[in-house]
Amino acid sequence: MNNYMKLEIPAKSTNEAFVRATVGAFISQIDPTIEELSDIKTAVSEGVTNAIIHGYETMGGVINIICRIEESIIEIVIIDFGVGISNIEKAREPLYTSKPDEERSGMGFTVMETFMDTLIIESKAGEGTRLTMRKKIERK
Amino acid sequence: MKYKENYNWEYLTILYERMNKMNVRLEYASGTLIAKISGEIDHHTTNHLREVLDRELIEKSIKNLILDFNEVSFMDSSGIGVIVGRYKKIDALGGKMMIIRTSEQVDKILELSGIKKILSCKKEAV
Repeated sequence: MNNYMKLEIPAKSTNEAFVRATVGAFISQIDPTIEELSDIKTAVSEGVTNAIIHGYETMGGVINIICRIEESIIEIVIIDFGVGISNIEKAREPLYTSKPDEERSGMGFTVMETFMDTLIIESKAGEGTRLTMRKKIERK
Repeated sequence: MKYKENYNWEYLTILYERMNKMNVRLEYASGTLIAKISGEIDHHTTNHLREVLDRELIEKSIKNLILDFNEVSFMDSSGIGVIVGRYKKIDALGGKMMIIRTSEQVDKILELSGIKKILSCKKEAV
């Protein structure tokens, strides 16, 4: 089955739950296990939260979420047009956070990498960030 | 195909109703605060959770903290920040902190964070 959907939301924290619920509902059509569904929803939540806190530094902006299903592969793309990540390698390090005063765990990218099969981070300072995550759903 | 469409709609309706809802019920037992959390813990709801717990820790001179996750349906890494922050406060005052009755999803995040090395996390009640 091939299918896709696009969401555009303002970068507000109230939308974190909305996006992960919507992505969860969309991918349920290819019958993931509860664990696969939880993993994807958690990774989506991390990606959207990153865009709100880091991409737009909680000042607001627009976030696009594209979700594609190609056979048993789920691809999720999260795009923001915010400040971008100046050092992607550093940002990927477990427990690294650029905002140590705010009780951030620094685990966002680690969660996305662990819960999905692949994570691609593309970013340009001043232009924004695009996260592409993929996960294969095991066929029963 | 009809079934799937209905299924998705019902699933969405239930999720929308629960969305952005997080509640904390507080119980006390000789210097220990038991915080029974329900709903979803993410970046949006952590501010409320942090405020409630910190207020209790200061006003009620609580020594130990138990977080009961039995009704937590979702947590992302934002929750880890709150847990570690409260742990630092409790630990500095010589108290103990514990997380109980976690779901598989929550347990996976706790495991990944390494938090289990510093505080007791149990899937069961105590």
